[in-house]
Amino acid sequence: MRTPVLEVRDLSVHFRVDTGRLFRHDYHTIRAVDQVSFDVHSAETLGIVGESGCGKSTLARAILGLVRAHGGSVQWLGKELLGLSEEEMRGKRREIQLIFQDPSGSLDPRMTVGQIVAEPLRTFYPSMSKLQVRERVQGIMQLVGLSPQQINRYPHEFSGGQCQRIGIARALVVNPRLVVCDEPVSALDVSIQAQIVNLLKDLQKKLQLSLIFIAHDLSVVRHVSDRVMVMYLGRVMEVADRDSIYLKPRHPYTRALIESVPIPDPVKERDRARRSLEGDMPSPLNPPTGCVFRTRCPHAIDECAREVPALETLDNGNQVACIRHREIVGETGDGRRETEAGSG
Amino acid sequence: MSEATRDAFEQAMDRRVIRGRSLYVDAWHRLLKNKAAVAALVVLAIMIIMVIVGPMLSDWDHEIPDWDHYSTPPSLETGHLFGTDALGRDLFVRTMIGGQISLLVGLVATLVSLVIGISYGAVAGYFGGRVDNIMMRFVDGIYAMPFMFFVIVLMVIFGRNIFLIFVAIGAVNWLDMARIVRGQTLSLKNKDFVEAARACGATEMQIIRRHIVPNLLGVVIVYVTLTIPQVILVESFLSFLGLGVQEPLTSWGALVNEGAQELETAPWSLLFPASFLALTLFAFNFLGDGLRDALDPKDRF
Repeated sequence: MRTPVLEVRDLSVHFRVDTGRLFRHDYHTIRAVDQVSFDVHSAETLGIVGESGCGKSTLARAILGLVRAHGGSVQWLGKELLGLSEEEMRGKRREIQLIFQDPSGSLDPRMTVGQIVAEPLRTFYPSMSKLQVRERVQGIMQLVGLSPQQINRYPHEFSGGQCQRIGIARALVVNPRLVVCDEPVSALDVSIQAQIVNLLKDLQKKLQLSLIFIAHDLSVVRHVSDRVMVMYLGRVMEVADRDSIYLKPRHPYTRALIESVPIPDPVKERDRARRSLEGDMPSPLNPPTGCVFRTRCPHAIDECAREVPALETLDNGNQVACIRHREIVGETGDGRRETEAGSG
Repeated sequence: MSEATRDAFEQAMDRRVIRGRSLYVDAWHRLLKNKAAVAALVVLAIMIIMVIVGPMLSDWDHEIPDWDHYSTPPSLETGHLFGTDALGRDLFVRTMIGGQISLLVGLVATLVSLVIGISYGAVAGYFGGRVDNIMMRFVDGIYAMPFMFFVIVLMVIFGRNIFLIFVAIGAVNWLDMARIVRGQTLSLKNKDFVEAARACGATEMQIIRRHIVPNLLGVVIVYVTLTIPQVILVESFLSFLGLGVQEPLTSWGALVNEGAQELETAPWSLLFPASFLALTLFAFNFLGDGLRDALDPKDRF
């Protein structure tokens, strides 16, 4: 098996919040990301899905060292990233870049497109001449589908989709190996979403990029990802290759997510039996004991409250964190799922 | 249009790099639509030219008296357009020289407070936490010091000196500037583009210089146009108390002070400097208002 470019092991990010009043401190710990492990291989796309507030963005920022991780390890090409000094981390950031959710908010309104895209060049290659920088910037603008003539324009003169292309250009200008896309299409219209997603796929093929693609839209993730990781309340519920996740979801939460995707056919949509999840995500200030999903899980039993289920690796390399996944797949799945469970 | 010319045209269009319109250019165009602000700009421009060129054109000097005319009213015959003061000095030249000093104090003291205030406020706001706490408590401490007492002590120790006025006024005004800048920085530092810059490997100081300060300028410019008249007024007040500039140099505040003492016998010696002072303050305030409207509109995009 290939060695992964990025290995994340038991990564945890905790925030301390003070809920006390005036003179009384009352500190609580929010486990925004708790014991998350996964790998990213070269030229592969890992999709990360989950509800709002499940820690997807925090996870992305922790990988880049933009938020301090509380524990665990992040290995980039075999080298540990956590615990690097600010200076050492800065050098690594050339290889790992980030694309943001809010296309215009992530661009400095006082800078021209040329300046924005050139910024990583200025920090990583201060010796590059102005002409070289300009050529590189115009080349990358062409690559992401922007007209190089627009190099002197300002972000407010572009549409949301174009702004996202600028963000992509900025991430790619220094030839990174891994690009973390933090909900890159959530703020865009559906028609533009397709353009941007396809652009990312094209670029990935051309430049042999690894992508971490964070989204809450399952159909978008299905389109881009090779493997998908499902998160809930800061924990990994399931990691599986794309087809298994969508066709044979094992974790009850993954199943609920997949079932909640509307079918774009009103007749089928109406007739479909739907088991939507009850209630809201519990407060991360006070997560449930044992399996964090048990409060909303239709299959929860007493045992679920006792112990945090470990992420179990199945024969096909997929991973799932549920003590009952075999029974559940057996009892509600069709024949195909049955065999899968048997072999797993 | 033939095929060839069309091709040539398209090629020409291709080569043309489109010039963008920055937010400041947009704001400038909005400002030019505001009549009061444009009028204020014109008044200020004329005022500045006048105080610089005026004394050169006049036959009189601001310190040498015209021995034949003491306290004479304005008249074309004597050549004293604004009249003379009790010592026979030409009031036109003195008003212009006073204007130079007043505007200079306004600009320099504001500049001083600008530089200190922006760097102090941006650093405090950006780093936040304990750094912010210590830096801002220091500001609060200086704030609590009685300003007039501070100025009088300075004057007593170092003697009356125009640079001392710059220092004294600047030393107090940067406090406001630092607070405003800090507040703005607090909201700016959580913007995505700051995080993007960090992800791009920029250092903290580079971020402050490239991203925080340029985005502060809108608010700061407005505040500057409102600070200049305030500083001019403070200087006038100091001069009125006799703590300002030293004779024979003068400022609008000092002239108003002298004029007020002779109000009954020579009203013109109050009228002219006072109207120039008032007109300038008006103009700055209108300009400030106009700039605020032009720059503020919640970043109109």
